[in-house]
Formats: sequence, structure tokens, C-alpha cells
Amino acid sequence: MKDLHTPGPVSRPVPRAVNWNRLQDDKDLEVWNRLTSNFWLPEKVPLSNDIQSWSQLTEDEQTLTIRVFTGLTLLDTIQNTVGAPALMADAATPHEEAVLSNIAFMEAVHARSYSSVFSTLCNTAEVDEAFRWSQENPHLQAKSRLILDEYDATGSPLKRKVASVFLESFLFYSGFYLPMHWSSRARLTNTADLIRLIIRDEAIHGYYIGYKFQRALEHVTEAERAEIKDFAFSLMFDLYDIEGRYTEQLYDGLGLTEDVKHFLHYNANKALQNLGYEALFPDEATRVNPAILAALSPGSDENHDFFSGSGSSYVIGKAVATEDEDWAF
Amino acid sequence: MGQAKLIYYSSASGNTQRFVERLGLPALRLPVSAEGPMPTPLGPYVLVCPSYADGKGRGAVAKPVIAFLNDPTRRAGLRGVIASGNRNFGALFACAGDLLARKCNIPVLYRFELAGTDSDIDRVRAGLETFWRQECSIAT
Repeated sequence: MKDLHTPGPVSRPVPRAVNWNRLQDDKDLEVWNRLTSNFWLPEKVPLSNDIQSWSQLTEDEQTLTIRVFTGLTLLDTIQNTVGAPALMADAATPHEEAVLSNIAFMEAVHARSYSSVFSTLCNTAEVDEAFRWSQENPHLQAKSRLILDEYDATGSPLKRKVASVFLESFLFYSGFYLPMHWSSRARLTNTADLIRLIIRDEAIHGYYIGYKFQRALEHVTEAERAEIKDFAFSLMFDLYDIEGRYTEQLYDGLGLTEDVKHFLHYNANKALQNLGYEALFPDEATRVNPAILAALSPGSDENHDFFSGSGSSYVIGKAVATEDEDWAF
Repeated sequence: MGQAKLIYYSSASGNTQRFVERLGLPALRLPVSAEGPMPTPLGPYVLVCPSYADGKGRGAVAKPVIAFLNDPTRRAGLRGVIASGNRNFGALFACAGDLLARKCNIPVLYRFELAGTDSDIDRVRAGLETFWRQECSIAT
């Protein structure tokens, strides 16, 4: 019988118990609170209200929608099982590890949500076919490969964060475009509500990982900072190249490719901003169809703002919940 | 540079900081902590303020901004708010602006995402110039 007390060749050190009353970085608690108060499950969204709307889509539109969602499922799966756990090993604080464990779990919720859409709206054979399609699609596989190579254990913690922000804040959007497009035409509006919950989560993930990237950059030399920036822009170019082809393959049939590409440019710039970098695409290339922007943030453009000159007068904002105890007036 | 007519809050992520730097106008930064030393505005000013709301709109305005505005003398100079946020937060995009407008009875002058685009910078520069001209003509 083996001696159970003999330690293995590499014995993992016992971690320190996480003390949330001793923070090294206030952002950890701020983001933890945001993420946990935003927690949701797909059961919250009445997807079955979309059954009739689904039946009004053409067969091609249905196939496209299922394929787009299997592509998104793959990205969420990667982030759940590889991306967030890889970042945990690089965490600068124990609280960051805890936040990343929340991020990992929510990615599993997102991946699971697409299957809720499928089981509500689609038949099993169509869905199985689409999952097969995603496994064989060269563009989807190529972008996954580029990200996974950076997540590799031998890679650099800074590069892993760049890859992660690009996945969270850029790669999802060729897919997110479609439910926003349907929503702008009053199709699949409940599914769009569910996608908006995912988009909200991914925005916080991209923001937080981008913030941690900027903090980590403070500890490296000027030369390393320059090298990382070159790496980030070069990875963005490579991913954009693949995204362009993926977009054409998916959306040429509906004549939406150019519209989607504007949305990609816009989100690529936002991903770079999350890392603290300047925009890559010029403003004229990032003018997103206003119907898509309105689907992304419904109602938020009803109040005119003063400098856009879009309204004759400005409107004082609508009521939102506040923590009144903080305000003395 | 002249007297600062912009006051802004930027968290450690630095998006609003980068926006204000690119504007190139004199500006005072609020402390990252609500207990930090508050700047004293010397006249009317516009606030540049990011939004941090959760899914229900709670916590939209950062604590140091609330602490700054809780002082009636400082609050009296507030003429408008430029709010930032992320459209990915849906209907709550830049909602700190709406909240401050309602609380302080001032207009939302502009909204932008994250650190803003070049067009945002141009529009805000031009907008502020017109706005202060109008403010001066009302005041005299």
C-alpha cells in the first residue's frame, strides 16, 4: 500500500484565504459587485414568445441564425474552459482570481443560453447540423486557433490578456450583429433581450481584463510595452482578416456584409480602447447603421443631447434608481 | 491655458482621462476616492462623467462625483454634463448623464463611448465653444 502522506514531485503551495476586507485593487470589488448583481439565467427570458417570429424567417435566415449562434457558443466555450482559467493563473490579486471565476462561470451560462434558444425554436437535426458546420468552418476554427495559441501555458500573461479582450470585445460581434438586426425589424425580440444580457456581461469582462492589462503594463520596460503594442495591433489585423472572410461567408446572401463590417470596425476600436490604445479604424469606417445602434441600446437615444443638434431642446433625463442616501440634496 | 471650465472624473481605467487629454482644454480632475481633496471650481463649469451602473441602473454616478456635488457652492457652478459609457449596457448607456441632469436640473450636453472617437472630440470642442458663448450672453 502506498504511503498517502508522501507529497508528489511538485507540491502546490497552499493559497492564502481570500480576504475581501483587505483589497489591493478597489477595481476588483467594484467589478465583482457589478457582475454578481447582473447575474442571470436564460430561464429568465421568455424565449417561447419568439416561436411565431421564428416561423416567419425564411429557411436560409433560420440556417444563418443557428450557425451564427453555434459560432458564438464556440467562443463562449473557449472563454469558459480555457480563457478565463488561463487568466486566473496570471492574477495579480486573490480577488482578481475570484472575479475571473465569476467570468468563467458566466461564459458557461452564455454558452448554455444558445442551446436554450435552439431547444425552444429549432429542431434537433438542424441544430446538430449547425454544430457540425461550426466544427468544420475554416474561419471559425482559424480565429479560435489564434486565440488558443496565446492562451497556451507557455505564452505571456500580457499577450493572454490582449487575446482575451479581443475575444470578449471584438470576435463576438460578427455574431451579435444578427440578433440586433432581427430585433431592429421586430423579429426574435426575446432572443435579442437574451443576447443583450450577454453583450452587457462581455462589456464588463472586456473592460476588466483590459484594465488589468493596463495595470500589468506598468511593470514592464518601455521596450516590452512597445513590443506588446505591436503584437496587439498585429493580432487585431490577423483576426480582422479572418472576421472579414467569416462575415462575407455568412452575410453575403442577405446583402448585409458591408453593414456588418462597419460594426466590426466600431467594435475593434472599442476593444483597443479597453486596452488603453488608440483607434485603428477611422471614424468614417465605424459608422454603424443607426438601427443597429438603437437595437443595442434601445431607448437611450430618445433624449437629444445638446451638441449633436438633433433636437430643438434638451430633455432632462428619465428617472433611474439612485442610492439616495449618498446624495445630500 | 485659461481658467478650467471642465471638471472630470476618471477611474483607474483611464478612459475619461484620455478623452479629456485629447480635448486639450484646461480641466480639473476629481480624486479617485470620495475622501480625496476636491478641486474648487472658480466659475461655471461642465462635468465630464462616466457611468458605472449595474443592470438596474444603481451606482451609475461614481462616489467622488456625488461627494463633489453634495457641496452646494461647488454644485452651483454646474452648467451641464458630458456623459460617457458603453452602448453595450443597453438602455442604461451613459445613464450617469440622465441622472445628473435630473438631480441638478442641467442639460446632458453630449454622450460618448469609452475614451471617445475623433468625431466626438471635434463635436465636444465645437459644442463647448458655442455653449460658453451662449452662457456668457445669458449671464450678461
